[in-house]
This record gives sequence, C-alpha cells and structure tokens, in this order.
Amino acid sequence: MSTIPTHSAAPGFQRLTAHYQPPDDSHDELLTPGREPRTHWRPLLDSLANLGPGEIRRREESAVRILREHGATYHVHGEDGDPVRPWELDLLPLLVPAAEWRVVEQGLAQRARLLNALLEDIYGPQRTLREGVLPPAMVHANPAFLRSCHGLRPSKGLHLVRYAVDLARSPDGQWWALSDRSQAPSGAGYSLENRVVASQLLPNEFYLSQVRQVAPFFDAERQALRRLAPRPEGEPHVVMLTPGPRSETYFEHAFLAGHQGFTLVEGEDLTVRDERVFLKTLEGLRPVDVIVRRVDEHYCDPLELDATSCLGVPGLVHAVRARTVAVANALGSGAVEGASLLAFFPSLCRFLLGEQLLLPSIATWWCGQAREMSYVLENLESLVIKPAFPGLKRQPVAGSRLSAADRDKLRARIQDNPSEFVGQEQVRLSTTPVWEQGVFAPRPLVLRAFVVLGDAGATVMPGGLTRVAPSRDDALVSSRTGGASKDTWVLADPEHPEPPASLPRARRRSARVPLQAGEVASRVADNLFWMGRYAERIEDGGRLLRCALQRLAGENFQTDNPELSGLTALLRHLGVLSERSGARVGAGELERELVHLVFRANTLGTIQELRYRLRQTAFVVRDRLSADTWRVLERLDTEAGIQPGRIPLESALALLNALIINLSALNGMEMENMVRGHGWLFLDLGRRLERAMNLITLMAAGLAVESSQRSILQPLLEIADSTISYRRLQYARAFLGPVLELLLLTARNPRSLIFQLNGIAEHVDRLPGVAPEEGASDSAEVVRAALAGLNEIAVDDLWKASRNPWRDRLIERLNEIGERLAGLSQHVTRQYFSHAETRVT
Amino acid sequence: MIYQVVHSTRYDYLAEVAVSHHLAHLRPRSMPGQRTLDHALEIDPAPAVLKHWTDYHGNEATFFTLEENHASLVVVSRARVEVQPKPRSQAESSPPWEQVAALRFVPRLADDGEGMEFAFPSPLIGHHREFGRYARRSFPPGCPLLEGALDLMRRMAAEFEFDQAATSVATPVLEALRKRRGVCQDFAQVMIACLRSLGLPARYVSGYLETLPPPGQPKLQGADASHAWVSVFSPGQGWVDFDPTNNLLPGERHITIGWGRDFSDVSPIRGVLLGSGDHELEVSVDVVPEASTGSPA
Repeated sequence: MSTIPTHSAAPGFQRLTAHYQPPDDSHDELLTPGREPRTHWRPLLDSLANLGPGEIRRREESAVRILREHGATYHVHGEDGDPVRPWELDLLPLLVPAAEWRVVEQGLAQRARLLNALLEDIYGPQRTLREGVLPPAMVHANPAFLRSCHGLRPSKGLHLVRYAVDLARSPDGQWWALSDRSQAPSGAGYSLENRVVASQLLPNEFYLSQVRQVAPFFDAERQALRRLAPRPEGEPHVVMLTPGPRSETYFEHAFLAGHQGFTLVEGEDLTVRDERVFLKTLEGLRPVDVIVRRVDEHYCDPLELDATSCLGVPGLVHAVRARTVAVANALGSGAVEGASLLAFFPSLCRFLLGEQLLLPSIATWWCGQAREMSYVLENLESLVIKPAFPGLKRQPVAGSRLSAADRDKLRARIQDNPSEFVGQEQVRLSTTPVWEQGVFAPRPLVLRAFVVLGDAGATVMPGGLTRVAPSRDDALVSSRTGGASKDTWVLADPEHPEPPASLPRARRRSARVPLQAGEVASRVADNLFWMGRYAERIEDGGRLLRCALQRLAGENFQTDNPELSGLTALLRHLGVLSERSGARVGAGELERELVHLVFRANTLGTIQELRYRLRQTAFVVRDRLSADTWRVLERLDTEAGIQPGRIPLESALALLNALIINLSALNGMEMENMVRGHGWLFLDLGRRLERAMNLITLMAAGLAVESSQRSILQPLLEIADSTISYRRLQYARAFLGPVLELLLLTARNPRSLIFQLNGIAEHVDRLPGVAPEEGASDSAEVVRAALAGLNEIAVDDLWKASRNPWRDRLIERLNEIGERLAGLSQHVTRQYFSHAETRVT
Repeated sequence: MIYQVVHSTRYDYLAEVAVSHHLAHLRPRSMPGQRTLDHALEIDPAPAVLKHWTDYHGNEATFFTLEENHASLVVVSRARVEVQPKPRSQAESSPPWEQVAALRFVPRLADDGEGMEFAFPSPLIGHHREFGRYARRSFPPGCPLLEGALDLMRRMAAEFEFDQAATSVATPVLEALRKRRGVCQDFAQVMIACLRSLGLPARYVSGYLETLPPPGQPKLQGADASHAWVSVFSPGQGWVDFDPTNNLLPGERHITIGWGRDFSDVSPIRGVLLGSGDHELEVSVDVVPEASTGSPA
C-alpha cells in the first residue's frame, strides 16, 4: 500500500515517484529497470513537483468538470439504469519520445497500406487466396467478408480512410500490434477531447515537453474524406452517419462532426432516389457525396445487408455500386480486423507490398490450420483463446484461468469449429503511472493509434488514445470494462521540427461549418422543436408548482391564506391536483402531492420526467448546441438531480429555483448564441407555441376560478412571470381587467399571449416552403386566424370578465385559439418532420 | 425440354407507399444443362430505376426502385428455359466425406476449390451441435460423400413433414429441425446445415418445378410457388443436386434460378419500403412444357 510520501528533502520529482513500484517483469514507461526516471519524463516531473499535490488535485477536479460540461460520455450497454458513463481522463499523459515514435509511425503507416491492399485483393481478384498467401477459409469462413460488396471498388481505391491499431509494449521495450480496427474505428475523437482538456490544464508542462500537435491529423482526415467525392466538381457534401444517441461513442460522433464540419445524420435522415443518396432537409432532398460511416457495415443497408437493421439506408449498397456516393470506411472493410489475420501479416506484407513488416503483431495461431490448431490445443494453459473473426460473439478466455474440465470442453469446441478460434500469447502489458490519491500508481496500458489514408498517402496521428486498466493487475484494458484514459504526448522530433505547438482551440467548429439553413435535417428540426416545447413546459410547470409551494413554506404559510385556497382551486381546475380529496385539501396532503409532482421520475408530466425528455431531445441535436448551451443543460441535470432531503418541501423549492434559473440561462443561450437559421426557428417556434398554449390553459382556468377566488390574480401574475410588469402599471392591487390585458393583449409584454402569437406568425412566414402552393400557406392561415381571434377581444370586455356572459365568452375564445395552435403544431409536424414513415421489409 | 415459366408476385399495401427499393433474383441462370432462351420482367407500377448485374455467386440480380405513391406492386417474371437431362453422378465413387471436409482448410484456393466456400456458416445457417448429431448417422467413417448425402435426404424425407403452417420465411433453421416440419426452404436449409456441421460444402438453390406432373407421375411439393433445394459439392465430380422436400435427385423437371449460401443470398424478391403498415402477398408460379402449352388440365 502506498502512503503519502513525507521525506520532503528529496528532489522534487522524487517525492512523486518515491512510492511508485511498477512490477519487475514488465516494461515501465516512467522508470528504467534501475528505477530512475527516463530522461524524456524529466521536464514533466519537475514541473509537476513544483505544482504540488494540492494544485494537481485541483486540476484533476477541473478536468472532471470540463469533461462533464463538454458532455464527454461513453455508453455502456446491457446494464441496468442509466447507461451513460462520464468519460474518465487521468491527467498524467503517456509520453513517447520522438525517436521511438518515428519507428512506430512507419510501422503504422505500412500497416494501413497493407490492409488497404488486402481489402483491394479480397474484394477483387483474390490473388492472395489463389497463390496460397492466405488460406481461402480466412475469407470464406469470415462473417465480416460481405459478398454483396465484392467488386464494388471504392472511390480512389481507398477501402480504409481512418484506421486504428491497439498497441502494447512488451517487457523488452518493443511496441507490438494487438489488434486492428478497420471498419469504423472509434477513439480518435476522445483522444482529441483528451488533448483539449489535458493541454488546457497542464499548459506549461505541455509547452515545456514540446508535444506534437494532433490537429493536423484531423485536417488531413477531413481533406481525405472530401476528396473521396465521386463528383469532381463543386463543394463535396460530406455527412457522418451515426447509429444515434444510444451508440456507445455518440459523444465522439457529435464532437468530430462538429470539429470537421460534417453534418451528423442518422439512417432515417438519408434516402436513396435515382441511385443517389440524399439528405432529407427542411427544404427538400440534398445530394450526399461522401458518407463517413460510424454505423457497423452489416447495418448499413437493410436491402442488401442485414435485413433486420433499422440504422441503415435502404439502397445504399446499390448507390455505392452506381458510384454516386463514397462510403468511408468502405462497406466490407471490417473483414480485415479479425485476430486470425495477425498470423499472416508478415507474408501478406511481402506479397502485397514487397516489404518487410515493420510493426510486429502479437503471436497468434489460427486453428483453421492443422499444425497451429494442435499447438493451441497442447498449450491452452499459456494462451488466450479468442474468436478468429469479427462478429463471432465470443469473449476471449485465458486458458490459465480455466479448470482442467473447462479446458477440455474448450478443446472440444475448438475441434468442432477450428476456423472460428485463435490462440494468442498472453501479453505482459507495460505500465505507466496514474494519479491515485496524491501519488503515482502503476497501471497496465494499451495505446490506440490512428492513421488516415488518403490518395496522397498515410498520415499517422502523433499521439493517440491511451487507456489504462482499472487496477494494477488487470490484463484487460477496454473502455467497456472501465478504466481511465490518458492523453498521449509524442515529443517533438529535433531532427524533423514542426511549427511550435499551439494549444488546440476547443470547439472551433463554428468557424468551419458552412452556415446553410438548408442543412437542417428534418429529424433535427423535429427534435429542436420539441426541445423548445419541453424546456418551456418545464419552466411553466415549474413556476406553477413553485408558486403554490412557496405559500406552504416557512413564514409565508398560513392555513387560511386566501391565495392558497385560490391556487388549490386553480391546480385542481388545471388537472394538476387530483379531484379525489374533496373541495378542501389539508396543507399536508397538498404539499405531498406537489412535491411528488416535482420529484417522481417515472410519472408522465412530472418535472423530473420532462427534464429527462428535454435531455433526450437535446442529446439528439447536441452537435447543434454551443458548448455553453450544453454546459447549461449539464447544470440543469446536476442541480435538478437533487433528491428530497429531510425537508422535501425545501428541497423541492430549491430544485425549482435552480431549474427556473438554468432554464432562463438556456433560453438566453438560444436567443444570443444560435444562428437564426431554420434550426433556431423551429426551436423558438416550439417554445412560443408551448408558452402560448400553457398561458391559454392557465388563463381559462384562472377565469373559471376567479369568480369565487378573487385572490387568484396575484398568483396568476407570478406564474406568468409578469408581477414586475404589473407593478409598473401602478394599480393599488391586482384587478382582473388590467391583469388580463397585460397577460393577453399587451404586445410589449414578452410573456403575453399576443407577443407569442406575433412571434409565431413571424416564424411561420419564414418556414421553408416545401410545397408553397398549399403547405406553407396553411400554417400561416392558422396563425392568422388565431391572431384575428385574439384581436377581436375588446379591452373593455376584459374589465367585465368576472361576470357572465363576458367570462364564458372569453374562455370560449381562448379555447378556440388554443385549438388552432394545437392544430398548428400538428401541421408543422406533418409537413416538416417525416417521422410517420416506418420501414417494412 | 423447353419450359415456359410465369412467376408473378403481387403485394397489396394496406397504406400507400411513397418509396420502395427491391432486390430480385428472378432470371433463371444459364449453366451446363440449362439455357435461358428469353426472360422478361414486367413491373407495375413502372419503376423509376431498374438495374441488372451479376452478383458474387454469378446469379443475375436486379435492383429496382418505385418513387411514386403506390398501393400495390406486381412483378411478373416470364422465362423460356431449356433444360437437359442431368447425367447421374456415381455416388459410390465420390470421395470419403472426411477427405472432403478436410479440403475446407487447404492453404491455397484450387481452380475447382471454390465449392469449399459453401462449407462454412452463412447468415441464416449457423452452427449448432444438433445439426451434427442429426447428420452424423448418415455419415459413418469412410462413407462416400454423396452416399451419405443421399441417406441424409432419405431420412429427412421419412422423418420430416411438409407443412406450410409450421414455419415462415423468418423461421430459424434450428427450429425447423426441432419441429421436423416446414416448407421446401426449411428442408433445404436444414439439410445444408447438417452437411456444413460436418464441414461439407452445400449450397442453397432457388428455382422452379414443373407445375403438372407427366402422366402417371405424382405432383411434386412446391410446384405452385418457387422451389428450393440443395446442391452438394463433390470434388472431382462437381455439384450434385438433392431435393429433400421431394426425396429425389433433380432432373429435367427442376429449373434453377440461382444459388447462394442460403435463402438470404437468392430470395426471389426482397424489398424495403418507406411507408406505414403491412402488406398482403400473393405469389403464383406456372411452369409448363412448351409442347403442351395449350391448357393445363
């Protein structure tokens, strides 16, 4: 067990490393076998020692906060409860010296070229099979070899654009390839996020260590992707196809799409017509030239690939066949990421490239070969048994961890289907320090490195995603099983200097994304519309509940408070409170019901439930939201996540207050930070529609209650957030006439009904015209009718509204306007959000 | 013998469909012993896109798209096909099955080695020990491949029942084995699964049967719709067809459309449509020898 070191007389870095005890039988990144820090760590160690443990801890906390505000998450499936896990970053980077990286870099580039050449061969002439370089079963038994993609030569002959390799360092200090990721490698976006955070929190250390930049890699990738466009002329339209917010790595999809300036789309946003792929936008169909694929290839086309898929685009394979669209990585490229292939790399490299393999792979025996199978069967104890091909649903098993009986069972399984298994040597991973309670602790690590292949050649990211095992002795390193990640600092090469490192600018997407209104996918507009509606619904509901709860709390509480009985009647009229408790409700029961409406998560319409819906819709459109907007949404979640404490009433009020402030901040972000394109239009339309409809319901209920409960007026003003505006009118107290006038007809009051309707009318006129001869004018017609209805209300009549027939007439008129607005919502949904379409195979 | 084939498929959608994409394998392929003299596809409503190509297995595939609102789709495939009697393979002179199974792991793809590709699992036909258990009784050690396959087919014919209600297109092949019943697709895929579980190469053949039997012969199962059977690869001898549904070796009365690893490679028509709701399906197949095109009695 390590303790906090105390001997402060030692040089600075020794305080950090004194209790660092890596295992003897593996390579340690920090210490030499003689337990001296390696020279390339010195600048970092010295600097960290100067910071001191307290400052380091403070920066660690900042890292957690920044990642949370960026919304950096990794989703884990198959677990109960909330599957979203915050992305974990250990601030201490992995350092790789320049000379060492030079070797790795060449090996990585070669591997990318090699696998591309192999894909070109197996999806083409298959010379490797005919000439005995690769046993035919390596292709024929491989479920990831997609026959429908055979012969579809990808644009520029590039099957791989982004390629990744998991690297490990053996006890002798050599880097080895553990496995390849060729179909839709993830992690590059997380590594960029790690770089943004780590370089921000360790700016001096980053500068002093002379770290190479990763940003050029993403530029190179962006260029390579754009150059895939089959049409040479014009600006290529590149989209990134994601499985959606439920995908494990959705954070990365949204982050990179934003960073690289590509539209983030889901399968249902795309459609194939006339053998071309189109994006469904608010303004109609827009041709797509390049699809950056983050959906597994099997799921990309229910017509020609997996028929059960709902994530893909029917007809996509045919569009590729017709050469109207490029897909990267190409459909079928997953065929070369199986463990079995590792056994054949050296001979493939000689055959396909005429070169010696530079980066060795971990020793692998494929059981589809008789000699190799008998080796595996005889040495099961010392090997890890893995599925030979991608897509075989089997977990790796270490033979040493099995009982003799289980080993025999495994042997029988291997003999039944030998081609589906490989044996691999057990890896002794190198270790690197992580921060653990103020000191360094050793952890095994795996480095995922990234390569971009373009028509100009391979570009290797100088860096990558380092992941460490959750504990010192864990041999399994994976984002699924937990464990932190690290930034990877490849140190500048004095022989090949590059311009001095600058800090990557966080979130610089806005500078790059072409701001075209037509780019809004219908699904995105739909979600923005509902995001606006939910945010407003929470705010309005929150104000209503807060208004009542405040009168139950502390010194405001009086059992005979006439406002309280008015509010109770109002809440009952609105259907918020149940009718069952008779005309008079005890304060205790009222409190219980209201608190319940705040906290209960799984009941329709409670604050918590709406908050969850807001989060869902926001998540889907997060690439449209600024970092600050996302920060507000995150805070909304943290602060509204309060559980009822000892005094539920107090915590309910605290929650509602926080909620309303954060929603106002959100509203402000939308108003101040969002480009007034169609996205904003739908967001604000949703908000105004919701506010108008809620106001109508509130006022109609208020009118119905008012005749018996005069004291309802003050609460109405409060709920409609117009208390101050009313006070400025200088009436002695709340009178029905002026209250109604202020809330319904005063065009200068941003909370009034007429203000909302004017806003809606303006928005509707700017809606994209899908079918101008009928569609758009319908919406405008509905709004005009609603406005006309409102304008017909005479101010004089408002003063008489506490009496009939004026009261009933006003209620009726308000309800008519409400129905029109509900109709408008449906109309907009039908016209712009083509969600009603489902697929049938 | 020259046949006239009319294969018509009609979909009635319960709600209008805006866009639909389809993939068809309907043109009988030409091959030794079979020649397609004419073929035409009639599609109503007329597709906006219609493209043909040769797929990985050498079958002709067709892609078509309907881009206007439609409530129904009719696809009629008309073909004139000449079929010659197949030479009988000598089952007893086929290689021992173990030798054949071992060929799936050869280090080099031989000129006639492509058949071994069909010894491995495919999207609809995976591994399961139950297939191996069922198959093994037909393949004692050293048994010639084709004799074993014949015995397997005979056992299936005796133990399985043709039953259109028992399964659907989506029924997993293992369930068909356990129920011991199904339609021609199930018979074919169960037999393939059994053979592959021993490492033996077998492919799925999609095709037609002559509708009415020649005088004095029984009408065959599967004659009123498209049919499916099995082809086994015997190194040195080539592909040999087996029809487990009818317990016979296909001859002049079977017309091949194409083949693949399983149904998913060669389903006659599959489609994905954007719209809502369900559809009703009506399929009819007529296969008439040209000499007697007059009137099927």
